[in-house]
Amino acid sequence: MNAIIIAVVQVVLFVFLAPVLIGVIRQVRATIEGRAGVGIWQPWRDVRKLLAKNPVRATDSSWMLRAGPVALVVSSLLLCVLLPLVGTIPLALVPSDLFVIVSVMLIGVVALALVGLDGGTAFGGMGSSRHMTVAALVEPTLLLSIYAFSIPAGTSTLSVIVETRLLSPELIISPVSVLALVALSIAIMAETARLPIDNPGTHLEVTMLHEAMILEASGRDLAWLEVGSWLKLAVLLGLVSNLAVPWGVVTDFSALGLLIGVVSIVVKVLLLGVLLSVGEIFLAKVRLFQVPELLAGSFALAFLAVTASYLVA
Amino acid sequence: MTGIEAGLLLQLGLGALAVVTALTAAPSLRSRAVGILCTLIAVTGFLTGLGAMLGATGGLRISMALPMDPLVLAPDRLGGLFMLIVSGVGILVSLYSMSSTRGPDASRTAWVAMPMFLVGMQLVPAATDSVSFLLAWEVMTLGSTMLLLADHASRATVASAGIWYSAMSQLSFFFILAGFAVLAAASGGTSFSNLQAIEPGPANVAFVLLLLGFGGKAELVPLHVWVPRVLPEAPSHVSAAMSGAMVKIGVYGGLLVCVRLLPDGPAWWGIAIMGVGGASALYGILQASVSSDLKVLLAYSTTENMGLVFLGLGASMLLRGYDAQAAADAALVAALLLAVSHAAFKSTLFLGAGAIIHATGERNLDRLGGLGARMPVTAAAFGIASLGAAAIPITSGFVAEWMLLQSLIHGGRLDGAVVSVAASVAMPLAVAVVALTAGLALLTFVKAYGIAFLARPRSIEAADAREVPPLMQLSLALGALFVLALGLLPGPIAALVAHTVSSNPGAAVQSVGLGGVSLPGIGAVLDPIMLVVLSALVAIPVIVSIIVSARRYPHRTVDLPWGGGGSRARPRMQYTATSYAEPLVRVFDDVLKPSRDVQVTHVAESRYLVERVRVEQRVSDVFETRLYRPVLNLVQRYGIVVRHVANGSIHRYLSYSFVALLIVLIVVSL
Repeated sequence: MNAIIIAVVQVVLFVFLAPVLIGVIRQVRATIEGRAGVGIWQPWRDVRKLLAKNPVRATDSSWMLRAGPVALVVSSLLLCVLLPLVGTIPLALVPSDLFVIVSVMLIGVVALALVGLDGGTAFGGMGSSRHMTVAALVEPTLLLSIYAFSIPAGTSTLSVIVETRLLSPELIISPVSVLALVALSIAIMAETARLPIDNPGTHLEVTMLHEAMILEASGRDLAWLEVGSWLKLAVLLGLVSNLAVPWGVVTDFSALGLLIGVVSIVVKVLLLGVLLSVGEIFLAKVRLFQVPELLAGSFALAFLAVTASYLVA
Repeated sequence: MTGIEAGLLLQLGLGALAVVTALTAAPSLRSRAVGILCTLIAVTGFLTGLGAMLGATGGLRISMALPMDPLVLAPDRLGGLFMLIVSGVGILVSLYSMSSTRGPDASRTAWVAMPMFLVGMQLVPAATDSVSFLLAWEVMTLGSTMLLLADHASRATVASAGIWYSAMSQLSFFFILAGFAVLAAASGGTSFSNLQAIEPGPANVAFVLLLLGFGGKAELVPLHVWVPRVLPEAPSHVSAAMSGAMVKIGVYGGLLVCVRLLPDGPAWWGIAIMGVGGASALYGILQASVSSDLKVLLAYSTTENMGLVFLGLGASMLLRGYDAQAAADAALVAALLLAVSHAAFKSTLFLGAGAIIHATGERNLDRLGGLGARMPVTAAAFGIASLGAAAIPITSGFVAEWMLLQSLIHGGRLDGAVVSVAASVAMPLAVAVVALTAGLALLTFVKAYGIAFLARPRSIEAADAREVPPLMQLSLALGALFVLALGLLPGPIAALVAHTVSSNPGAAVQSVGLGGVSLPGIGAVLDPIMLVVLSALVAIPVIVSIIVSARRYPHRTVDLPWGGGGSRARPRMQYTATSYAEPLVRVFDDVLKPSRDVQVTHVAESRYLVERVRVEQRVSDVFETRLYRPVLNLVQRYGIVVRHVANGSIHRYLSYSFVALLIVLIVVSL
């Protein structure tokens, strides 16, 4: 029962938080660059506007253009349910197993790639192809960094991993954990199409990935695609922040604990968003064919983390 | 007479009846009559296999006139499982072939070969001695070769595929025969129950020989070279049977060696199998991901899946050596689940490819597109099977890969202590290989499904496609149903599978919740049905909102307007399968070594204006060009020299046999 309450709270909280997070990231960037910016509520207004428009679809597009956005949103919402964001009390029979979580995330990746292809344009296909190439190359880093986190806890269940780190904080600053966290962060940057892998600010540029895929979507199709992607970014930032700073997360259920959990995750995610935004100002997007080198580097870090935790610990 | 005995007899009887029917029936009746008999053979095999897997005993004893032990066919639990896999694919293929083989494809030879192939495959796992094993193996190989060559042997590609297939099959057979011979010499019998080498010397030799033999059948690198030639050229239902079923017999052979005949090998055996499996998985999926030919793509992806199966098998051997029993059992069950799920999704994919060829005559993805609207049933079945191949949740492939990863990450440690240096390097590497393989498989099947079924048709043939006949649809739907059922109810299935290989199955795998699976020794749980329920719950508000908004704001359909200024968007402007994989070809340039040919034709008036550009890209098999070609060239050069020895003179041949006889007599008398 407690697990269900936490799951519901996480879903509702992140649905509201995700657009705000995007708003904060954009506003911070605008402020630092000396622009006025549009305020942190603009993503919410955008979604409202898009939902009240008649979508325009190409004649040969199929049901995929309608189902793809739903699949993406559902995969992101499932992540909200499964990940230990507000609390670590797992649902019975579906613990927050990291491999399951990665696979759930991949549903969204596939849905987005198929939406990109469905339009029947060169741009969509290009975005889809690059998106899948990056996704394929990220996978080893993602799973190996997970593997590194799972070794001290003895399980790949995320809630247990977070609790273990809460109980023995020396794990957090151990070199193994830092390596794994860096590797995981690079993998997440790639998964969520942030700098330096993709530039979320560009439109109609030949180098883009994410924006190219959703170019032909409009109206509510586009709205759900955007919401799904934002949610994914928000929950993954929440995951990183809970791995790095696990304090505040609910382990024993109580009303006060829940409040603290909600507040702490909101603060953590928004702070990480600000950090991300500040970091992105100093980064340029790397060339597409240098992305594999970056990912190979992060893979090396993750591999080092795993073998080190076996042989050193 | 026990049920198993009756089932085996019935399979042999029905097989003989089917061969006779194929030879005598009128051409108009042939497909229907033999097709039904083949389905019955497969159904009988399915039931027999099910019985054997659940623990029923009994068997068939065939006494021989030759001075040797009688042939005994008596499947154990593991044999039953593989009989079940093979005949399950057999049912799909038989149903499909009744409808797909018409006209010139329904030749007498093809229909004689079909029941031989099925019966051969179904009896290999039932054999309990090496002689009957090899007999059934050869019937299977002969049947499949005949099926490959039956109808289009005059085509150069088919003829060359036939030669490669025969050569590689005989190579496999030779290795297996030699391996069994070494074991028989060491133990003094041909029956599997006493076919065990105690001495490490013969055990090592037999292990390598048998692994080479079975690895060749299971399409492992570097013995996979027949795969990209044979599977694409064979009729699609035959490719489905080969990839879905026959390859599993190679896996069965591997299990026979590693689990029953030589269970206590040194650590390097496990590492060797993991290495070969990992290399096959990576190489297979890399080739599949850059292929634009749908059937070549599926063929290479078979190499990938079998690589993963052997990776699991090797990991389980390695871990068993270090007494990490729970992880070892989980890895073995994962390998078996991979095999089962591969049988389901790959046969569906090949049958789907057959349906596409049936409808369009094309298997080149660059000329397909938009088939989803034209062939909805095929699209749905192919889509579900693709999800299985990409290991996406609630399909069979996902559960198997999840279990493999779980066993690998828990394999490095036992009771909190590091097992060994070898394991703590091998396990992370294996996880990385599985991860990269999974990522590339995702790209491969997004490409295969997205390019073939979505967007706009890239050729007139694709635009004119129609849905295939009902019987083909039925077998496709059945295959897709298998993929989903295996993915939704992994618990009971994994528990059954665990019974076939583990001495203590309850400790390895248990069924929990609504068909969920739990690994008690490792502490991992997965319940796909709960996952479905959860996603349904979170999807409801989204879908309701979409329905409401669709009422108020209906969508508009427009022709894609912008085609680069001068023209409207044309289907030719879409990404193709070749361009889809282009970034990947660049990233893995060193491994794939593609050859590219770009021809630019300029407009006559100005060389600054381009009239047309023709791009051709070929990715050849590195193993074929680097490993096999030099050997073949050498053989060819010396073959010409040896021609003088065999010049066609009957006198010379007679004197050869006389000399040979003399040598034998001298050797015997010494």
